[in-house]
Amino acid sequence: MSAALNIENLFVRYGRIDVVKDVSFSVAKGESYALVGESGSGKSTILRAIVGMAPDVRGTVEIDGAERATYRDLEFARHCQMVFQDPYASLHPRRIVDATLQEPLKIHGISGGSAKVAEMMDAVGLDQRFRYRFPHQLSGGQRQRVAIARALMLEPQLLLLDEPTSALDVSVQAEILNLLVRLRKDRGLTYLLVTHSLPVVSFLCDRLGVLRQGGMVEQVDVDVLRRGTFAKPYAQELYASSLGAGDRERQSGPSAAV
Amino acid sequence: MSTPLLQLRNLRVTFPSPRGPVEVVKGVSFDLGRERLGIVGESGSGKSLTGRSLLRLLKPPAHVTMDKLIFDGMDIPSLSERQMRAVRGARISLVMQDPKYSLNPVMTIGVQIAEALRLHENLPRREIHARVCDMLQQVRIDDPEHVMKLYPHQVSGGMGQRVMIAMMLIPQPDILIADEPTSALDVSVQAQVLHLIEQMILKNGMGLILISHDLELVARYCDRVLVMRQGEVVEELAADQLHAAQHPYTKGLLAAVPRMDETREVLPVMDRAEVYET
Amino acid sequence: MTSLKLWLTADAPDSLWQAQAGQAYAISRNFARNPLAMLGAVIVGVLVLVAIFAPWLAPYSPTGQNLSMRLMPPSAENWLGTDELGRDILSRIIHGSRITLLIVVMVAVISAPLGLIIGAVAGYFGGWTDRILMAVTDVFLSLPKLIMALAFVAALGAGLQNAIIAIAVTAWPAYARIARAETLTFRNSEFIAAVQLQGASHMRVIGLHVLPLCISSTIIRVTLDMAGIILTAAGLGFLGLGAQPPLPEWGAMISRGRSFILDQWWVATMPGLAIIIISLGFCFLGDGLRDVLDPRQRDGR
Repeated sequence: MSAALNIENLFVRYGRIDVVKDVSFSVAKGESYALVGESGSGKSTILRAIVGMAPDVRGTVEIDGAERATYRDLEFARHCQMVFQDPYASLHPRRIVDATLQEPLKIHGISGGSAKVAEMMDAVGLDQRFRYRFPHQLSGGQRQRVAIARALMLEPQLLLLDEPTSALDVSVQAEILNLLVRLRKDRGLTYLLVTHSLPVVSFLCDRLGVLRQGGMVEQVDVDVLRRGTFAKPYAQELYASSLGAGDRERQSGPSAAV
Repeated sequence: MSTPLLQLRNLRVTFPSPRGPVEVVKGVSFDLGRERLGIVGESGSGKSLTGRSLLRLLKPPAHVTMDKLIFDGMDIPSLSERQMRAVRGARISLVMQDPKYSLNPVMTIGVQIAEALRLHENLPRREIHARVCDMLQQVRIDDPEHVMKLYPHQVSGGMGQRVMIAMMLIPQPDILIADEPTSALDVSVQAQVLHLIEQMILKNGMGLILISHDLELVARYCDRVLVMRQGEVVEELAADQLHAAQHPYTKGLLAAVPRMDETREVLPVMDRAEVYET
Repeated sequence: MTSLKLWLTADAPDSLWQAQAGQAYAISRNFARNPLAMLGAVIVGVLVLVAIFAPWLAPYSPTGQNLSMRLMPPSAENWLGTDELGRDILSRIIHGSRITLLIVVMVAVISAPLGLIIGAVAGYFGGWTDRILMAVTDVFLSLPKLIMALAFVAALGAGLQNAIIAIAVTAWPAYARIARAETLTFRNSEFIAAVQLQGASHMRVIGLHVLPLCISSTIIRVTLDMAGIILTAAGLGFLGLGAQPPLPEWGAMISRGRSFILDQWWVATMPGLAIIIISLGFCFLGDGLRDVLDPRQRDGR
């Protein structure tokens, strides 16, 4: 069976520097995989390379067993979509929600746009009264719901998530994370998540790869993250510095002896 | 010592809108001694506006009223703009979110820090240089002579934020207001910067107001926490009592954060209906 | 009245039409708060009305000569006096507003879209496309406007049409520069990346997503440029290269009044005043538009 996404020996070069060096990983169908790392680790660049928006890319990117290059743009768009980090920058400031959501359908010449928009807004938990609002009339969480709805309009199988909740408040982050979990279950989606937040990975993903300065440090199951038993020192260090106060208490308290 | 360093009573901030004025800070009051106070809230809770109001930094169309704001015996609202400038920076400093926007891109770091000192104290050139060097060392920059000659874009985010802190602390203020000082930084650097602020505060016996959206983080670095929502303080807690919080909003905030050893299928969310309807 | 206001400021519009009306309402409200901008709008509005109703407003024919009434000073019959052929100056200015408005509108209609498209294409594609298009733009920009317009009219022949073409040719490079600068600020932004990822063609991205964002700054610039366009047109008219006699073009009127400027000052002064007032009107209007349309100033609240 072919993987939903298979990446082998990927190099990405900006100017004279390799920002991604020899990264390989593969994501099975229906799996949720996370790339974690600090700024400058090249995690977002890998996403850009997958969608063909990075300049100088070497290596293999296979989607459903076929080379990325063999996909025409429209075909690729129906297969793979992306949700961006900043909900304030990812929506066109002069277009209302309705126009933003209809746009992918118009590009692909799909009819029945109006009904599909209503249906998708329900699916992402957006009330119909937001349909004719401009982005500046929406809150951060609502904007991110619109961005997720836009990515799902073409019913893709692979969803790339670039720090989808890092610009949001914690309570809104919880809503969006719940939404992502539910959508994946309902639609059998495959996720590739890029984030710096390990707790988000723990909630949303099955496996993760730790990146540092463009290279893959370690790939583990999410259970390893939950127990905090990374093999590589850098991964363990990253884990230690991301522990919240509450987590720290639980880790060091008597109950942690289990 | 019975009167606190800073006393704030009934702070209100309103903005005009097409449908009449909207109150975004609704009567906030607190006292601050030489201690560490955390103000936590989500976006729109008015926490940053509160911090800025203390320094009278809000400009029209914002409309600020308060019953009382006393800092070290001075009645802040009645000070002239000139007297206020002597308070800002020298007595109360503000560290903002992103060093990229708060440092002047065309001045070297050394000059900017020296400028902060020169504005408030009259010192000979050599003395200033020594003080700047010393300060950079205190914020754990190993090679101060070199860093002083750099421009802001030549340093990393963590280093930039340390420079900001050095700049704010060099006039030895009584109160440091830190508005999301680490949210633009990587986790590993975050801890360093916060630890640094903590040490400087303890060493100089200053008051700290740490404004953040991150409850856990605030609880770790503060003595006392105010939880704000929709312009009001909903709960005031000792930091170590955080997990004994009573108010449903505080509890909701705590529960909504995913944990490192997350096994919940669904994260609890707050009923936001009332928030959106208003 | 209040229910209309509530409808316009609604947080949750029920239709596209209400959303747009609400936007327009917010902009016009801000605009109305600026007295100078309102003054500019009134001046430009009056210009448009006068141009439309010129034949009914003008007391005399703009070309009707009356040699017995030559060079009469302003009086009850001829409010602004008469010129050397006994024509009523007020009537000529009123009819001249049609020519001025025609020039301004035609220049805007030709040069603004041209500049917008060239600038947006250059900014969007970058690389060689950008270099070539901007090199051409810079060549046009480097020559003084009036001189270049003169050269074009000299080559094409004098006349109103050719004057319009010449001014349009000199006006577009500024808009191309603005549109390019504007495009560069968001060409790498996430909302453009998102439509690209949906498989939209370059044409579609530029036409439906890039251009709409450049339009407001171009409108501002065009409005501010109107004064310059009017002056250039008047300059061409003054030199006899614009509208030909007996058309009552303001620049040409000044030119003819030049010979009697010391004894019969009103002949040259009255059309000059008209030019100044209209130019100022466009400047005020442009400034006001900048305050309300510029997204960088509006995003604050």
